[in-house]
Amino acid sequence: MDLLGFPPETWLPWAFASLMGLSILIYVILDGFDLGVGMLMPFCETEAEKDRLVASIGPFWDANETWLVLAIGILLVAFPTAHGVILTALYLPVFVMLFGLILRGVSFEFRAKAPAAQKPYWNTAFVVGSLMASLSQGFMLGMYIMGLTWTWAHVGFAVLTAVFLSVGYSFIGAAWLIAKTEGALQKKAIGWAKGGIWGLILGIGAVSLATPFVSPRIFDKWFEFPQALYLAPLPLISGAMVVFLWWKLRRLPQENDRYAWTPFAAATTLFTCSYIGMAYSFYPYVVPEKITIYEAASAPESLLIILAGTLFVLPAILGYTALSYYIFRGKAQELHYD
Amino acid sequence: MDTLMLSRIQFGANISFHILFPTITIALGWVLLFFKLRFNATGERKWMDAYLFWVKVFALSFAMGVVSGITMSFQFGTNWPGFMEKVGNIAGPLLAYEVMTAFFLEAVFLGIMLFGFSRVKNWVHTLATFLVAFGTTMSMFWILVLNSWMHTPQGFEMIDGVAHATNWLEIIFNPSLPYRFTHMALASGLTVAFLIAGISAFRLLWGDRSEAVKSALRVGVFLAAGLIPAQILMGDLHGLNTLEYQPQKVAAMEGNWETQSNVPLLLFALPNEETRSNDFEIGIPNGASLILKHKADGVVPGLNDFVAEDGTNLHPPVAPVFWSFRIMVGTGMAMLLLSWGTAVMIRRYGAGNLPKPVLWSLSGMAFSGWIATLAGWYTTEIGRQPWLVQGVVTTKEAVADVPPTMVLSTLILYLAIYAALTLAYMGTITYLAMKAARGEPLSNRKYPRSGEAEIAAISPAE
Repeated sequence: MDLLGFPPETWLPWAFASLMGLSILIYVILDGFDLGVGMLMPFCETEAEKDRLVASIGPFWDANETWLVLAIGILLVAFPTAHGVILTALYLPVFVMLFGLILRGVSFEFRAKAPAAQKPYWNTAFVVGSLMASLSQGFMLGMYIMGLTWTWAHVGFAVLTAVFLSVGYSFIGAAWLIAKTEGALQKKAIGWAKGGIWGLILGIGAVSLATPFVSPRIFDKWFEFPQALYLAPLPLISGAMVVFLWWKLRRLPQENDRYAWTPFAAATTLFTCSYIGMAYSFYPYVVPEKITIYEAASAPESLLIILAGTLFVLPAILGYTALSYYIFRGKAQELHYD
Repeated sequence: MDTLMLSRIQFGANISFHILFPTITIALGWVLLFFKLRFNATGERKWMDAYLFWVKVFALSFAMGVVSGITMSFQFGTNWPGFMEKVGNIAGPLLAYEVMTAFFLEAVFLGIMLFGFSRVKNWVHTLATFLVAFGTTMSMFWILVLNSWMHTPQGFEMIDGVAHATNWLEIIFNPSLPYRFTHMALASGLTVAFLIAGISAFRLLWGDRSEAVKSALRVGVFLAAGLIPAQILMGDLHGLNTLEYQPQKVAAMEGNWETQSNVPLLLFALPNEETRSNDFEIGIPNGASLILKHKADGVVPGLNDFVAEDGTNLHPPVAPVFWSFRIMVGTGMAMLLLSWGTAVMIRRYGAGNLPKPVLWSLSGMAFSGWIATLAGWYTTEIGRQPWLVQGVVTTKEAVADVPPTMVLSTLILYLAIYAALTLAYMGTITYLAMKAARGEPLSNRKYPRSGEAEIAAISPAE
């Protein structure tokens, strides 16, 4: 089954790499903001503020995490050999992430349902879990960029990306809170966003500095004319977003809560630009500089049957996800079952 | 211990912890839909109260299931890379369909089901409840397709040591799927029935006299009494299916070493793999032959037929399979007695007047479904060893080359958090039951269709 003249061995891996990339991007933005909200909880002063933080992500977090399952699922089904190589190399950070996701996921429920005396412990578990998940994801990002080899230099870099990604998540979390809260809490969220933007800039900077030096191939993509032109819009847009955020955060909150959604939109754009830059740099490799998506791909007949389903199901998923965000639009309300 | 054994224990621990919660959510979703539909039809507040209590248990169970499920999707790669490398072309699409058709459906509509009651129209909320129940059931379907295929693989060919699909209908509707799916669906129903009956009995013991708790108790007990005979029948049929496709597993379940006729049904024995015989056998003569072959002199396959020429076992370790099977059946028998006994007493005295010992027994059996479900899974999954996919890949071939110390240290931490969370889960459900029994209202709202007066506001449920 050729597509636009490409044989299935070429276009199928490409299609799945795109699908996986899209899932990871959606995951990073969606779970990014809710992990970020989790890490901001220690900065709340009252229990009511903490409840409001949880309420702002309560109806969404579960579906947000499902994008991680989809991404890892596509890696598993479409690129099975790469899945084994990547996850075996990242055994420990994956464990830390899973441990964190477990802690934090159950804390949502326990903090609301367990006896009131236990609530502070579950709040702590919620924060620690969010932090573990963010740090380990940042660590894995760093190790991945460095080619999944455990040397001291690489681990050092990965520790840096761990910190920066966590600050980045906190930033997008604060931006989410600016949109979803009001009054004193919203003012605090604006303050948190101002504090977090530094981390984001440093993080994007560090990854951008390191990536081209990972391999001469990526270096050429970045700095060789005319290839470099393809990449040029990304730093320009990113720079514009940073300037915009810098300027906007000083003016919020505005009358009638206007533009409260713009920091989140700008943060999303920033995340997207950085992500596309990375994807562009590493393509066509799924394990950096070792295994390409074409080498790692499953048999075409298996990929076709998944793709057929995906084309039906993915629009539906996007549709009802949008519906859910629409139903729970506006400022976060107290969560109740009745 | 080596990496293989540690990885098996680790995956076993993860999947055991995981299955506890889907076992509850699969059937509880449908029970919640039932409560909601009763409320829609009658407008009686008790059904909404029952819904509001059990939806909390559902939310808690769901979160536990989600986080432990994510863990498993990663462990395929971290611990069992050989699985996907060898049979990824088959397992992959099945897992993908699970995520796409089930995971997202349940995760998105869960938010609307839990927190949307006052935000969307009533029918949308009922629809969301239905979609969550449907999603969990679809999820079970795809997972059991893959699991059944691992026991009774077909519809594929091996090219260069890698499985390639040749017929997807054969893969999906493989010979053990109908039995395994029904057996698990009934197990989920029974687990929830006993959980509802047990927690309701516990609330009655704590002085809760509300109509909601009596109705829930009736639903739990009658559901249990109705499902358990079906489950016993289904278990028997599943056993016959296993006898056909995995005779070595049945031989281990029966503790039968030699292929022979007139095999007894062993009630007690200590299978000894050194001497390849049983110590301290107590059995019912011809019992196993009667059950498996429906005649006293029926020939039952023996374990000694499944030893390779070089002496390696091609059958599972006998004692764990033998005992898991007996624990499952024993729990099932206790379920049969208790549910039927209680059902008769409810008919005679009413759900509000059950004797205390009966209420205590029901409370004690609240989590009995977990024991039976785990024992059943141990029987079938340990019974699949040494194969990962029957006749295609062994467990040993699939394990990751990770240092045993790393597997051991993460295993210990997993076990610690699983134990803590299981206790916290059981404790919280008990606490919720006590809180409800003290008469704290589950809601201070006037439901749209409720004719009752609004109860004074104390605190919102969430």
